[in-house]
Amino acid sequence: MTMNVIGKPVARVDGRDKVTGRALYAAEFNQSNQAYAVIVNATVGLGRITGIDQAAVAKMPGVLSVLSHLNAPKLAYRPHKGSIDPKTGERLHVLQDEAVRFHGQPVALIVAETLDSAERAAAALRITYEAQRPIIDIADPDARAIVPESGRDHTRGDAEAAFANAPVNLKASYDIARENHNPMEPHATVAVWKGDKLTLWSKSQYVVNEQAEIAAIFGIPLENVQVICPFIGGAFGTSLRTWSHVTLAAMAARVTQRPVKLALTRKQMFFTTGHRPRTLQHVAIGATQDGKLTSLIHEGTGETSRYEQFSEALVASSSYLVSCPNVTTRYRLAALDTGTPVFMRGPGEASGVFALESALDELSYKLNIDPIELRRRNEPKLDEGVNKPFSSRSLIRCYDVGAERFQWLNRMPQPRSMLDGRLRIGIGVASATYPAYQAQSSARVRLLASGIAEVEVAASDMGPGTYTSMTQVAAETLGLPIDKVRFSLGRSDFPPAPSHGGSWTMASVGSAIRAACISVLEEAKKRPSTDRPLEATATTQRDAGVAGRFSMHAFGAVFAEVAIDPDVGTIRVRRALGVYGAGRIINPLLATSQCTGGMIGGIGMALMERTVLDRRDGRPVNAHMADYLMPVNLDTPKIEVQFVDEVDPHVNPLGVKGLGEIALVGMAPAIANAVFHATGKRIRRLPILLEDMLHA
Amino acid sequence: MIPFTITQAPSTHEAIQAAAAGGRYIAGGTTLIDLMREEVERPDRLIDINALPLKHIRAEGPDLIIGALARMSEVAVHPDTRRLHPVIGEALIEGASPQLRNMASMGGNLLQRVRCPYFRMLDAPCNKRIPGSGCSAIDGLNIGHAILGTSDQCAATHPSDVAVALVALEATMRVQGPQGERTFPVEELYRLPGDTPHLEHTLLPGELIVEIRVPGLSYSRRARYLKVRDRASYEFALIAAAAVIDLDGGVIREARLAVGGAGTRPWRLRAVEQALKGKRLERATLEAAARTAVEGARPLSGNQYKVELLPRTIVRALELAGEIA
Amino acid sequence: MSDDKYWDDARGDVDIASTRALSRRSVLQLAGAVTASTTIPEAFANTTPAAAPTPAAAIAAKVSFSVNGVRHSLELDPRQSLLDVMRERLELTGTKKGCNQGACGACTILVNGKRIVSCLTLAAMHSGAEITTIEGLASNGDLHPVQEAFIKHEGFQCGYCTPGQIISAVGCIAEGHAGSAEEIQFWMSGNICRCGAYPGICAAVADAAGRN
Repeated sequence: MTMNVIGKPVARVDGRDKVTGRALYAAEFNQSNQAYAVIVNATVGLGRITGIDQAAVAKMPGVLSVLSHLNAPKLAYRPHKGSIDPKTGERLHVLQDEAVRFHGQPVALIVAETLDSAERAAAALRITYEAQRPIIDIADPDARAIVPESGRDHTRGDAEAAFANAPVNLKASYDIARENHNPMEPHATVAVWKGDKLTLWSKSQYVVNEQAEIAAIFGIPLENVQVICPFIGGAFGTSLRTWSHVTLAAMAARVTQRPVKLALTRKQMFFTTGHRPRTLQHVAIGATQDGKLTSLIHEGTGETSRYEQFSEALVASSSYLVSCPNVTTRYRLAALDTGTPVFMRGPGEASGVFALESALDELSYKLNIDPIELRRRNEPKLDEGVNKPFSSRSLIRCYDVGAERFQWLNRMPQPRSMLDGRLRIGIGVASATYPAYQAQSSARVRLLASGIAEVEVAASDMGPGTYTSMTQVAAETLGLPIDKVRFSLGRSDFPPAPSHGGSWTMASVGSAIRAACISVLEEAKKRPSTDRPLEATATTQRDAGVAGRFSMHAFGAVFAEVAIDPDVGTIRVRRALGVYGAGRIINPLLATSQCTGGMIGGIGMALMERTVLDRRDGRPVNAHMADYLMPVNLDTPKIEVQFVDEVDPHVNPLGVKGLGEIALVGMAPAIANAVFHATGKRIRRLPILLEDMLHA
Repeated sequence: MIPFTITQAPSTHEAIQAAAAGGRYIAGGTTLIDLMREEVERPDRLIDINALPLKHIRAEGPDLIIGALARMSEVAVHPDTRRLHPVIGEALIEGASPQLRNMASMGGNLLQRVRCPYFRMLDAPCNKRIPGSGCSAIDGLNIGHAILGTSDQCAATHPSDVAVALVALEATMRVQGPQGERTFPVEELYRLPGDTPHLEHTLLPGELIVEIRVPGLSYSRRARYLKVRDRASYEFALIAAAAVIDLDGGVIREARLAVGGAGTRPWRLRAVEQALKGKRLERATLEAAARTAVEGARPLSGNQYKVELLPRTIVRALELAGEIA
Repeated sequence: MSDDKYWDDARGDVDIASTRALSRRSVLQLAGAVTASTTIPEAFANTTPAAAPTPAAAIAAKVSFSVNGVRHSLELDPRQSLLDVMRERLELTGTKKGCNQGACGACTILVNGKRIVSCLTLAAMHSGAEITTIEGLASNGDLHPVQEAFIKHEGFQCGYCTPGQIISAVGCIAEGHAGSAEEIQFWMSGNICRCGAYPGICAAVADAAGRN
């Protein structure tokens, strides 16, 4: 029986809760007798603490406890690496020693009766340091270059020789600023101990990992920790890992024997909760006169901390996005005196594709070939990086559909050739891609005698609509109407889900739910009439055979039109279109929203976002939402999103590829390419600011 | 925030008495509370002046009168503002956000503190916060800082948009204090940083802004406020210009010009005004005049672009004003 | 899904938590009931959660205002913002803390009918004020037209900026600033949405304004 619920624009099942203020986020689980914790952050960029005047502050009104490495409990910090944690290095141990590794590192914690008392005491705490000059600039010659243990350089053919012999070639370097995720909801944890059992209402994209990490840090059994997070106020990667503030909240609650709430300030969210690393990239391309690539060299370096190797797929897409017989990719890290970066929407690809797609655009002008035609001429028949067919690939179809819808042919090919009144108009295009992952996930389904199906997974919903789309999957599979399905997520005692990131939630969690539903239906056939609820739990992962046979990625073509004021340099995106081939679309309403939002995030990356560190002490100087600019409503162009029909029988049983990451990936290069088309000026540094346009 | 008491002043007289005894006025609070939370501001007594009868907006003949407690949003849309001095409304709605404009008073707007990021950070040296401690911005992040009127001690800009328009329009302000009442041009409210960057304005202890008077100007409708920034809204100006011109058959009879984001205070450009007098409203003429605005500019490492952007913004603002019928 | 589920979450397996959650739930139900009727039972007018901490040795200020039709007389630390009083004292957590610096709009509420950011104003300055938060928009279980429009037009994703956006939209429409798409964009630019739901927000405001 099929209900045809999948593929329908079902309205958000949690919509009413969100528009009435009833949806509860971590900091809103207020507890009886709750105290408030405030973190004190290091004010030097490197060095050690030489003194803390705790006694003076401990006597201040309302203060319950002042903790630092001098008196904080020594925590077990058992080895634990979740799938989301860097494989190499060791996480920050908080308040365990006097070392300061980066500016903003937590060095003390105040617990007080009220937030105001805690903040006052935190400001009053005097700490002295022995400071050294930190190395915080990826381009600093003293920065230590690391060959990441996780990464493999890719080589096929002889790219250096092919480059030297290419009839046409170009070399360019790209510099993309550090970004912070800046979700609207600050990180927050409410911690309650009852005996040796700990409950955390905590903002997390990965509740089962938070459970495991905190159990390891405190040296307590896994089952003694419960993590609850029904709603996430945006995260984009910053809540994938369990950062030090969660530990501090639990520590504060244990020391004071009180429920404790700890919420980071906006400024603190620039210190210890990860960032998109700044990257430096070099691309060299060789081509024939008719635009066939003969050589591609893509090298990239990303920031990491001194204590962990954070790595992302910065240059990986250059091995499969275009056809080229001679390719070399290299990925390096620069170990800096900063906190560890973390995945941020479209991690790796968003930065790497910016470099590659900017270079391809540049090549198209050099060869006088239409940018879309250049992609067409270099469209691979298979993934040449791994020599496997794509499970599906609709890139050229995306370009075709997009070109028509965006009226690409009305674009005048020459740079600086389009005007609207005084304004210089530019139209640019770029490819987008992101791997279609699937991770192991479990799910539990319970059919109640009342006809209601309860579905439970320890998954998360940071905004894409997991609540709704999973309800659709269950309803479709069970043959029930939407309102007969109750889907719950965000509890660590539910069947485990993978991290809510990497665009794999639908593929992973959705597949598990589907399997559990099929299983419970079979059970129902065996026991047609029963008073007891029928229950089934399933665990699914990617079929190893499929993984061995296919290369699996989503692809898209992104179009952008910019208008640039020739006098004062302001750049505004006027129109944008994203066309994606991402497999089956479970809910076109949600999918369109997700892509629109990702594209707007891409506008931020292209034209606004950067975290500026002071090179003297590593402080993020613009750690403020008025100084770290993100698009506002008036920055939003006319945005359209379209999905090409793509049936992928291999990728997973649902045929989905995921959307969250790819939605951001192509936007920045499309905009940079449009800026070039408008002005003839190639900007290879993000963000592109109006000051870059003053001489354009 | 350090603990404080707060009392509501029932009359202007009592407010001034309380301030003379060491209290700080609070109206909209959008600057003060923000900086109190950072402990950059540390008053121990607040005087809530919102009940004072200073919320009026009205015309007195050709002059526009604005009570110090009128909210930005109210002034922006008031019929007398739009009729007599539309550029004030234009400058107001380009500032902050609709919510903040509903909160912030006109007096408080003029007394905003600077937007230098280091000024907000107690753990960074700042001559404005602690005289003699040093300026972190001069060798640090200074993309938003001033190129005019700076000193070796401070280069922060004043963030108000409407102050730029008021300075261009030669508005005056009436203040009352323990020593009585006085009236002076808004332009004279602001000090240059010099060797005393901690002194931002010329109000005497306990003085309260009660009213702003914008004198009538026959050509005040031919005016534009142009605010240049990377984000389309809700961002402080990189450069802004208020231009008011008297045109006679394509010839500029007289001009008023002030800029924001360029100087350490709202910056009137009298030399440019003089240079424009009697000239045709043409690009080349405007450019030549506008270039004089950056004579003597002292850019820092990150704000050199303003030397180029300032004249261009002036030119565009003048052209936009000239396009008004 | 129903709100009961979250309350079950709040109870968890922790006893202290459950008492709080239950008391809070009854407060909310009460607030809903009071909104529906015109008179305010005096006994409930001063209802504040039993656990609201009284700051030790802090200077207290007295303030009395009405929130969503319910009058509250409070003694509070003068340092408390209106936002913190809503979230930490009155358990009206629908109003969100995004930046606490007036730079995001998540904490937007209506005070005497005007939209303001509640993080940059002291609760002690609002005696006599009529305050409306997101919890006060729906009446008798019927969503406000702006709330309905936000659902219909996908005016949100994560939902965290949503209460502020919706309250701001109510203010924007009342101000008469919802006449065109561009006007809406300009006058809604004081509310940042990091998910990028702006097109849906604009469509929702336009739709709701048209219906008014």
